[in-house]
Amino acid sequence: MTNRLALALLGLAGLFISLYLWLYKLGKIGTIACGTGGCETVQLSARSRFLGVEVALIGVLGYSVLLGLALLGLSSKHTGASWPLKWLMLLAGGAVLFTLYLKYLEFFVIHAICRWCVGSAVVILTMFGLAVVEWRRGRAEEA
Amino acid sequence: MASTAKLKKNAPPPAPNRSYLVIGALGLVGAAVLAYLVIKPKDVSIPAHVTVLAADTAGFRGYILGSPSAKFEITEYADFQCPACGTFDVLQFDVVKRQLIDSGLVRYRFRDFPLPMHPHSRLAAHAAACANDQGKFWEMKTEIFSRQAEWSPMRSAAGYFGDLAAQVGVKRAPYDECMQSAKYAGRIEASVQEGTKLGVPSTPTFLIDGRLYPGDLSSDSLAAKVRRLVATPAS
Repeated sequence: MTNRLALALLGLAGLFISLYLWLYKLGKIGTIACGTGGCETVQLSARSRFLGVEVALIGVLGYSVLLGLALLGLSSKHTGASWPLKWLMLLAGGAVLFTLYLKYLEFFVIHAICRWCVGSAVVILTMFGLAVVEWRRGRAEEA
Repeated sequence: MASTAKLKKNAPPPAPNRSYLVIGALGLVGAAVLAYLVIKPKDVSIPAHVTVLAADTAGFRGYILGSPSAKFEITEYADFQCPACGTFDVLQFDVVKRQLIDSGLVRYRFRDFPLPMHPHSRLAAHAAACANDQGKFWEMKTEIFSRQAEWSPMRSAAGYFGDLAAQVGVKRAPYDECMQSAKYAGRIEASVQEGTKLGVPSTPTFLIDGRLYPGDLSSDSLAAKVRRLVATPAS
């Protein structure tokens, strides 16, 4: 249960990080709190869009789905079920790959590091790790 | 069976999952913080949503530096509060000026492209426009960019820009009057519309011989592009 709660909390944290970055891109919150200027450089670069969609918006949608699955995994109705965690693990795995691509862009193409994006990367990596652990435990219990 | 059903009916509702309460409370706190960031007052006194009038752009193509007879023109679409634009201006612009503009090869055109997420961008663009009234645009532009890290985090930068204007030799009274009137808001918006129509994706973006080059190019890279144009026979 602790891991499942942690998954939901991490999903919430990721959702707020991407919401913050998206609101910034929409011009709703003024200056971004970053300290280094790297966040602005990354957010304002032409690479802040993926296939024409804002990366921050992709984050909002992705974390919403992950949070939804984590909340389902927490409900007493699905305590024994492994399918929410299986989907959470698969989607978080895809998100980790996308994050690796974004980190490559930051390091080698844009040459700037956004602290908020690093935060999001830590969140998604931890979520993936926890989801794998919980899913494997669920499968062992089923067996 | 009936008594079991009755018991179930009278049983207290299940206690809400404590985990949901924790997540819900944290969700509310996060939403409140974001809502505060959205509604807090921002220092934007130069209106963005203005109707561009013909008079706003009459005879004005941007701030131009260099010989009118220069064979090539480089147009920069820039945002005064964008860090990449600041880096380009501080590190590269002087070299571009010496190598390409002062040599008479290139005419340089500066266009405002304030991005919506930068609260002081339009104010800075307007401050530079008011300095231009007194022939001090390029000096003001240099100061605004080189001190970007100082004014960018400020809640209100209007006073700071006024001090910068005075430092570059702008007379304060007409400058203040110009700023209060926001008379160049339409011209700045026209510049944004021009860049948007061209497809400027980010700042700075350079327009050279009809082609857009997004990103903070180095002076060497700009010079190489110009040299290629020089070497290309006119069709």
